[in-house]
Amino acid sequence: MNTQTSDAETTVIDGVHYHQFDIVIVGAGGAGMRAAIEAGPGAKTAVISKLYPTRSHTGAAQGGMAAALANVEEDSWEWHTFDTVKGGDYLVDQDAAEILAKEAIDAVIDLENMGLPFNRTPEGKIDQRRFGGHTRDHGKAPVRRACYAADRTGHMILQTLFQNCVKLGINFFNEYYVLDLVMTEVDGVEQPSGVVAYDLATGELHVFQAKAVIFATGGFGKIYKTTSNAHTLTGDGVGIIWRKGLPLEDMEFFQFHPTGLAGLGILLTEGARGEGAILRNASGERFMERYAPTIKDLAPRDIVARCMVQEVAEGRGAGPHKDYVLLDCTHLGAEVLETKLPDITEFARTYLGVDPVYEPVPVMPTAHYAMGGIPTNVAAEVLRDNTTVVPGLYAAGECACVSVHGSNRLGTNSLLDINVFGKRAGRNAVEYVNSGVEFTPLPEDPARGIRELLVQLRDSNGTERIAAIRKELQDEMDKGAQVFRTDESLAHVTNVIAGLRERYKNIAVQDKGKRFNTDLLEAVELGFLLDLAEVVVFSARNRKESRGGHMRDDFPNRDDENYMQHTMAYLSGDAHSADAADHIRLDWKPVTVTRYQPMERKY
Amino acid sequence: MSTATLDQAPAAEAPIQSFTVTFLIRRFDPDVDTEPRWQDFDVEMYATDRVLDALHKIKWEQDGSLTFRRSCAHGICGSDAMRINGRNRLACKTLIKDLDISKPIYVEAIKGLPLEKDLIVDMEPFFASFREVQPFLVANSTPEPGKERVQSVANRAIFDDTTKCILCAACTSSCPVFWTDGQYFGPAAIVNAHRFIFDSRDDNAQTRLDILNDKEGVWRCRTTFNCTEACPRGIEVTKAIAEVKQAIMRGKP
Repeated sequence: MNTQTSDAETTVIDGVHYHQFDIVIVGAGGAGMRAAIEAGPGAKTAVISKLYPTRSHTGAAQGGMAAALANVEEDSWEWHTFDTVKGGDYLVDQDAAEILAKEAIDAVIDLENMGLPFNRTPEGKIDQRRFGGHTRDHGKAPVRRACYAADRTGHMILQTLFQNCVKLGINFFNEYYVLDLVMTEVDGVEQPSGVVAYDLATGELHVFQAKAVIFATGGFGKIYKTTSNAHTLTGDGVGIIWRKGLPLEDMEFFQFHPTGLAGLGILLTEGARGEGAILRNASGERFMERYAPTIKDLAPRDIVARCMVQEVAEGRGAGPHKDYVLLDCTHLGAEVLETKLPDITEFARTYLGVDPVYEPVPVMPTAHYAMGGIPTNVAAEVLRDNTTVVPGLYAAGECACVSVHGSNRLGTNSLLDINVFGKRAGRNAVEYVNSGVEFTPLPEDPARGIRELLVQLRDSNGTERIAAIRKELQDEMDKGAQVFRTDESLAHVTNVIAGLRERYKNIAVQDKGKRFNTDLLEAVELGFLLDLAEVVVFSARNRKESRGGHMRDDFPNRDDENYMQHTMAYLSGDAHSADAADHIRLDWKPVTVTRYQPMERKY
Repeated sequence: MSTATLDQAPAAEAPIQSFTVTFLIRRFDPDVDTEPRWQDFDVEMYATDRVLDALHKIKWEQDGSLTFRRSCAHGICGSDAMRINGRNRLACKTLIKDLDISKPIYVEAIKGLPLEKDLIVDMEPFFASFREVQPFLVANSTPEPGKERVQSVANRAIFDDTTKCILCAACTSSCPVFWTDGQYFGPAAIVNAHRFIFDSRDDNAQTRLDILNDKEGVWRCRTTFNCTEACPRGIEVTKAIAEVKQAIMRGKP
């Protein structure tokens, strides 16, 4: 079912619906809708989303959005840039980080002006709180930089963007699942001519011809078992780009958020620690003091997650199985919890039966965010190699890699990323489609590949359960490619994935119907998960150093001489061959360094 | 969390006991069925599992054709509102320990919206009502370039409750007036109008009050409080509707 579409010119050929829009945006989370708000007024725009927009996972973000507004204490965008670069362990492209930090201020003000109900200071300005890795004057002390709305900042951003899309009359195609990017060769250059989408309600295929396509499809945390990510975060957009032979950047860098509810992975915001909550081990010790003496519990996420796992590994974990640590909010008081952290307070009560007002909450790291993804330049244009742009193709948000997060994203920088680069993607796409370019002709029967894929999956007489393969993938990724990795653990996961990819060919889809076939959908999603997990592990094995979110026990130090560069992974050869090395080619891309030379990363 | 069915909150010391729970699910396949039908499934569950976990276990291990919406699985995205034992709830926020498992647990789609398949309804009429109340900030003043509009802590607090809405439709589809009169805007649309009517930065309250003064507007509300009880976000929906009614009588927020 689509909502709000004014698309009279649809034609149907051989059962496939054809639409034409200047700009097609794939994904209706924060980045997609921020792009739509720029694009809608300037060009005929459609947003295609496999979910209703308000279901998108931007809404699950909690703690805040960074911007050096200096509303409550001295701050500057330059400090924010430095923190972002250092937080990303110097794999951040510094020109991009500077844009992120500078444009942060307008991005927050834009949202406020659009209606976002931020928490306020006593003077009525946007209130700000502390967050991990955000510091005053290059690391001297934590700074209050995160603009927030209780612990519902992502929810408010998603709602506000959706409200403004309604205001602007943006065309949405909801529960349309984009499965392919159509590329056409023009003067020897491959460029996008549209996308192919599957209408979940009817099972029919739709081709959207477009002059420009923006990917804003989010992350792929479901390659892991313990994750804060939604069930729907299966990396479809990143997977589509991969299958097109376009590169993926820095896929080995996945962020594990320190404070997931133990055993469940449900996110508890870092804003809790920003408000003063403390991580403790079984003996009640504030162990982060040992690891990060200056900013302690507000060290960046990669460091805190590693320290937690180390505490547990060394026998200092809490609970009957000594397998978690504790997030102690008890000294914050009921009022702070109820007014500034109400949702996480409720999550702990609902899902663990623990009341944070009176008891510390069991927590362990949870797979949270992909630093890597579709490489783009600072204009949000997708790259086909280290420097060449794919004309008319854009990406923004978690699916993209600009790279503003390097090897470890700072908390609050992703809500910022989607707004800054979502806006840039939308604005630049409008400029592109209005610069005199024509529609790129579609190839004959552009939906053929997807039709065949779906028929093959739906009609297969396979015997392998989707859920069994997915569970094994997720279990093994948690064991072998999580916070700590070794060549041995990664080699093992590589073999597991190869076996699962083989079994995937014999998959069973039980629902043979056309309408709302979510069984078929899960089968397709699993294909993307397997592809992306393979790239993550392959890239991780190749990076024989430890940096940010990528911690190699067998190579515990950062190695700037050999590895201060981005990984670029390309699909080459037979995508279905068993050995990943037969179809993945890795290359390097230099890091853009402007003002900050790499230093040892101490907090 | 992905395969949360087997994940246990490690709080309890005793060995974790599982139970066989019977779910009676109201199925409807539009390609085959003329009428919905009830189908039962036995599922091994832990006390801390969610109803969503049970649906996943059924879909993933017994019957892949069982169809429902879900995404975040922790009560934020609003995908999985359904009727569980006759009450509108989010499947991902309803724990087995809070249900009486000595009897079958009844699960069916929310009421009042066209049934599409199994637990999925057509959400379009719901979102159409939402759009009709102009759920977006309309401010006549131009803020100083590069600056936020100032809003006091007290003014921000007035509409805090209604900013929590996740548009899951649990409230609207629990409303007996909405069941009998699908033209009624319904609680969720009114909640989202409230969110802007009482926002001190907004200048369009009168338009929204006029819209809701319509015969299909707030006056259809019979104050049965089903909506408040149904809201998974704890919004005092009936109170918000009452505040809108009062604002209409006053002629201003």
